[in-house]
Amino acid sequence: MSNRKSTPYVLVLPAWVWLAMFFVVPIGGMLSLSLTTGNVVTGFQQTFEVGNYVEAVGTYWEQIVRSLFYGGCATLLCIVIGYPMAYWIAFRGGAHKSTYLLLILLPFFVSFVLRTISWRFLLADNGVVLGTLKSIGLIPSDAAVLNSSPAVILGLAYNFLPFMVLPIYAVLERMDPRLVEAAHDLYAGRVQAFLRVILPVSLPGVFAGVLMTFIPTSSDYVNSSVLGGTHNTMIGNVIQTQYLVNNNYPIASAITFVLMGLLLAGIFSYARALGTERVMEVHA
Amino acid sequence: MNHRPRPHLSPELLRGLTRRRQRGPLSVPGISRRSTLQAGGVAAAALALSACGVGGQQRDSESVEDYWGGKERTGSLRFGNWPLYMDSERTQLQQFTEATGIEVDYKEDVQEAAQFFGQIQPKLANGDDTGYDLMVLPNGFELAKLIELGYLVQLDHTRLNNYADYAGEVYSNTAYDPGNRYTIPYTSGITGIAYNPDYVDREITSIADLWDPAFEGKVGMMSDAQEIANFGLLYNGVNPADSTLEDWEAAAAALREQRDAGIVRAYYAQDFIQPLTNGDLWMTMAWSGDIYQQNAEEGTNLKFVVPEEGATLWTDCMMIPYTSQAPVDAIELMNFLYEPEIAAGLTEYIAYITPVPYVQEVFREWAAAEGDSERAEALTDMAESSLVFPTEDEYQRLHNFVNLAAEDQEQFASLFHAITQS
Repeated sequence: MSNRKSTPYVLVLPAWVWLAMFFVVPIGGMLSLSLTTGNVVTGFQQTFEVGNYVEAVGTYWEQIVRSLFYGGCATLLCIVIGYPMAYWIAFRGGAHKSTYLLLILLPFFVSFVLRTISWRFLLADNGVVLGTLKSIGLIPSDAAVLNSSPAVILGLAYNFLPFMVLPIYAVLERMDPRLVEAAHDLYAGRVQAFLRVILPVSLPGVFAGVLMTFIPTSSDYVNSSVLGGTHNTMIGNVIQTQYLVNNNYPIASAITFVLMGLLLAGIFSYARALGTERVMEVHA
Repeated sequence: MNHRPRPHLSPELLRGLTRRRQRGPLSVPGISRRSTLQAGGVAAAALALSACGVGGQQRDSESVEDYWGGKERTGSLRFGNWPLYMDSERTQLQQFTEATGIEVDYKEDVQEAAQFFGQIQPKLANGDDTGYDLMVLPNGFELAKLIELGYLVQLDHTRLNNYADYAGEVYSNTAYDPGNRYTIPYTSGITGIAYNPDYVDREITSIADLWDPAFEGKVGMMSDAQEIANFGLLYNGVNPADSTLEDWEAAAAALREQRDAGIVRAYYAQDFIQPLTNGDLWMTMAWSGDIYQQNAEEGTNLKFVVPEEGATLWTDCMMIPYTSQAPVDAIELMNFLYEPEIAAGLTEYIAYITPVPYVQEVFREWAAAEGDSERAEALTDMAESSLVFPTEDEYQRLHNFVNLAAEDQEQFASLFHAITQS
């Protein structure tokens, strides 16, 4: 019988080993690295240099704030675009629901970087969109979108949209349709039924979607480097440069921890505001 | 950490197993992992943090005799190069395989020198195979670091007879690698200014044109710290190779001014051609061969100029990492690429400056043999082009990059990354 008792532990063991190997250890190593001084040739010595964090925040606060702002804008955009999509597929998709879902996922069969680069063609000054608008005189001939904040935010929203649509769809699809019927029986109009029944039920999906878009968008570096111009650098680009280009591992690690801390703090206060049970539901 | 199958146990690996590791950022988590798990408490983890840093990664590169003694051909090699640095049929590699029987796995993996260095550095520090037996990097900071760290194989010049016979003088004794101990050039090029005459209605002759507010939001600059620094320095009338900290600061100030005036549209790693062609950019810092290729292949009419203040001459060098699995095959290919006919074929496609001056003759011979064809015309054009065969005068106006030790590089890079990563 002791065999049976240990079964759950045996089953959970791979997950623990996985987490320890690929999460706890690298995080520990990175924390250690973030407190060292030196360079790649002479080596990095452990000096508990807290100044690395001061330098990281002091030098790059602008990029950190910008990343959270871009991530926030992209997430909002994803909700505005993604919610109606999920709603439509869940309630009006009929027999073709899975086809529509596949269509949403289809761009994912193309490499992330290529998808982003194709936006360069789309947003070019004389490209499909701007060129057409210019030729019919809707916008001034020197208008430009590419290499600006809106271009980066649009790229981010486009690339992470499915991460918003799918969780919202999952919640709406599981919703008992009788809830809506009951609302109508109780004389709720369509707007009332949506605001007081459907929306509250779907919030856990929105919550999950926000987590799944806000975290990757605010730490992304591809969109900013492909679609951004001057003053559009995100913190992901800085980390990439510090780590891969300058080989300044201590500063790169310090920025990473600052970003991680900010995101965690943000998520926890967000979870608190919405109620923790919703965080749990997300994983159900 | 690395689950690649290993063909054989390398001495580096054995050393790593039998001795406490000192090199490599990856050895840090190695040490801290063990101690963390053993102690299993926060206090112990803190102790572990204090116990480890990353040791110096410098190693001594083996002497030519020590390294090359007993090394043999393996029959295949992996060659890491930049995109568009060989035609899509890989003609020269096919010729190499025909001549020697050695198969080449060609990878266009080098997109940006610094980033590529960042990818291979931890592997080299650990004594691991990088996935390349031969690779091409410019004569910049990364090359200096690779040499300083002892990561490159010292070349056995007795195996490089073509190089001895055909390499141009300018390329055989350089500041970045005196005596070509570690590298020989693959190709050279000029960083100058390219512009699109469809949008720019005057002749561009000067670096100062890149600061002209008339081109607001239509100027492209390069994101590489050294490339952009050179242009800031030349704008201020300073020769990059002799520049000092004060010069760098002044150059950074000029570049910041240019950026904050809204003149710069974006900083490009190497993808400036497409925006220049479609009008997103009117003018940009550019590499000579890219413009030549674009015009020759797409029929565009982009202009390239070596500005009056001067421009920079860089050299992409071939080198063998010390963990190479096929150094003999690699050095044979290096030598093969210096055969004039092979070098000519390569240059005909990439349109950069070849280290083999004799190629100019080969072009003329080929053009004569072709008679009256399009190719003959293209070959003659190229043989006459100063973008491919700079004249003595032009070489005088082309400057070298500044050579810096690792600790100065950091200061230099952070000054200029503050410009490009705003």
